[in-house]
Amino acid sequence: MSQITGAEIVFKAFADHGVEYIFGYPGGAILPLYDELRNHKKIKHILVRHEQGAGHAAEGYARSSGKPGVVLVTSGPGATNMVTALTDAYMDSIPLVCVTGQVPTHLIGTDAFQECDTTGITRPCTKHNWLVKNIKDLPIIMHKAFHIATSGRPGPVLVDIPKDIQFQKTEYVKKEDVIQKINKVVTEVESSELDKIVDLIYKSKKPIIYSGGGVVNSGDKASALLHDLVRMTGFPITSTLQGLGAFPGDDQQFLGMLGMHGTYEANNAMHDCDLMINIGARFDDRITGKIDKFSPGSKKIHIDIDPSSINKIIKVDHAIVGDVENVLNKLITVFKKKYPNFKNSNKENISEWWKQINKWREKKCLSFVQGKKTIKPQYAIERLYELTKGQDTFITTEVGQHQMWAAQYYKFNKPKRWMTSGGLGTMGFGLPAAIGVQLANPGKLVVDVAGEASILMNIQELSTAVQYRLPVKIFIINNQYMGMVRQWQELLHEKNYAESYTEALPDFVKLAEAYGAVGIRATTPDELDIKIKQMIKSDKPVLFDCVVDRVENCFPMIPSGKAHNEMILSPEDEKETKISKAGKTLV
Amino acid sequence: MKKSLSAYSEAATKEELERHIMVVWVDNEAGVLARVSGLFSGRGYNIESLTVAQVDEEKNISRITIVTNGTNSVIEQIKAQLLKLIPVYKVASFPVDDKSIFRELALIKVIADKKNLEKAKEICNSYKAQYLDTTSTSFIVEFHSTRREIDSFIKELKPYGIASVARTGPLAMAKGAEITETNKGKVI
Repeated sequence: MSQITGAEIVFKAFADHGVEYIFGYPGGAILPLYDELRNHKKIKHILVRHEQGAGHAAEGYARSSGKPGVVLVTSGPGATNMVTALTDAYMDSIPLVCVTGQVPTHLIGTDAFQECDTTGITRPCTKHNWLVKNIKDLPIIMHKAFHIATSGRPGPVLVDIPKDIQFQKTEYVKKEDVIQKINKVVTEVESSELDKIVDLIYKSKKPIIYSGGGVVNSGDKASALLHDLVRMTGFPITSTLQGLGAFPGDDQQFLGMLGMHGTYEANNAMHDCDLMINIGARFDDRITGKIDKFSPGSKKIHIDIDPSSINKIIKVDHAIVGDVENVLNKLITVFKKKYPNFKNSNKENISEWWKQINKWREKKCLSFVQGKKTIKPQYAIERLYELTKGQDTFITTEVGQHQMWAAQYYKFNKPKRWMTSGGLGTMGFGLPAAIGVQLANPGKLVVDVAGEASILMNIQELSTAVQYRLPVKIFIINNQYMGMVRQWQELLHEKNYAESYTEALPDFVKLAEAYGAVGIRATTPDELDIKIKQMIKSDKPVLFDCVVDRVENCFPMIPSGKAHNEMILSPEDEKETKISKAGKTLV
Repeated sequence: MKKSLSAYSEAATKEELERHIMVVWVDNEAGVLARVSGLFSGRGYNIESLTVAQVDEEKNISRITIVTNGTNSVIEQIKAQLLKLIPVYKVASFPVDDKSIFRELALIKVIADKKNLEKAKEICNSYKAQYLDTTSTSFIVEFHSTRREIDSFIKELKPYGIASVARTGPLAMAKGAEITETNKGKVI
């Protein structure tokens, strides 16, 4: 077999793993790889304006397509600028393969120009990483990288390649030869555990299904199976932020999102249930609230692919480690065999529970009053939903109040339509992510629901969207505040709004025009619909400045250190709520 | 372990702290020790001591022995987190009790005048320490035993002029015929 260069090996591996897009930014230590780009016409490189943008764009691509996102950046600052995106992908289990250039091997450790300890810096924020010191290892590492990023609980991996290695030659190793040798461990679902779970489902009078991002990550079949399980049992279902869309948001059995800004009905059902079935979620602190008051009377079942998620935060009664699709498939089969015709016989069993849930629903915890003058942020999202629900729409977000309003008021009916930074909470995620989503889903409507503060963190990527004619829509909920920061200052720091107001915001319409995009502004409720329609119609990137009520807060809310049944529903509740000292220290 | 400051986990850690030995089998590759020790520091676990060496040249496997402390659930979490590391093959943990064997090694250099040197040697002889080097004004002994016995040996020797002490952490093995299954609980 002929010998090829390190740069050729990397691209051959990309091709073998079906890579369509690379998100990146060139620089000295990665030049041999960029030189090779011209020989691979099927792989398109998307030039971002900042490496962090490349990372989030790759995440958007991965989250909306189910395929790994690929990033190519240079050494030193190129690599350090990727750290936020890698951590973001690690927290939310998104498969990324990041290739970084490194100074040549003989300069490593000498504080050379644009040298940094890339593998050292990224060790805690990747699933695995490699520094390639020998050209012979490169093909094997490339295949392993794709395998590790996408298998099990997905996550980001990084391959750091010194410049001299990119020039050196060796024989290529076939993908199959490497993948076959990887010591794969398949977890078997224990049938005795399944039996016990099935009996618990059968007996439960106050059940709830709590699903998470693991369902989305497992694939579309997992979402279909979740749907089957919910229909088969007649149980209510709630979802985490990451899990939205795995089960239709407009379905009667869906109680809305749970957790810190979840619905009154979902959180109360979690608190009062006698059986909790956690499918692909990880008992995050945004979900649990105060741990020792978390769902005190329930039996808990946990299905997760990551053994370290089991009993990490909440002790459960039954745990199954495995891929959601595989586990649900088996669970449903066993259940149908043991209890055919369950739904009809079970109706009576859980009818009281549904009555109680409907009582909670009557609180209408997401209601708001839209006046005539200023646009309420909730109204803006609601109108966006109403005017876009007719088409297959993809929503990304930045981080803050707008993100929570989008999660509350936009109803997702399909998985992979909702891309948000949940674990890390990265402001500046949404715009680059939308770029990746648009590339993976050409012709579809992609909207980044943003805040005026968040959008400025990666606004430079608007230039990328214009360059590649990606008609992403950026819907800015503009209240001139870092709204969530202001809300917490109101609740916990006696309204001392330290540095949460932005004095000098740009004119977003002019800013859009400067970038070669379209700028639209809406300031009154009357004109909102027309302006949104105008945005949807445009075939260009649009920066939509939606000027909203400046002091609206995001409710319902479980305040710091409180339990699921101690929610604040309105500003009136807020005044009466006292946060303990310990609660104040929480994030 | 410090009491958690977080009100989310208030009252969640009422279990008792125990000393545990973690044995981790890893690929002997660059950076693997940083991955293991970084996991401990990053997640707020304590490393009391750490010993590492290659144990299988053919398969290129190293064995890391770590002494840590934590509640049972913390120990389980450390194990699960260690197994997530790609170069980790298997992990075993056992409480420090009489079901397992522990051994530590100490090298001790004594520098003293003739009179004190004689007295120090008497102590060394009673502990059956091995002499590795002797001069007219100094000697070096090797002593391997349990931590407690090494502690008391050093304590007795101290008044006679210890110049330098080097100690390993413990190595550990479970008693009896049981061994740890490869890959148990590992999912890549």
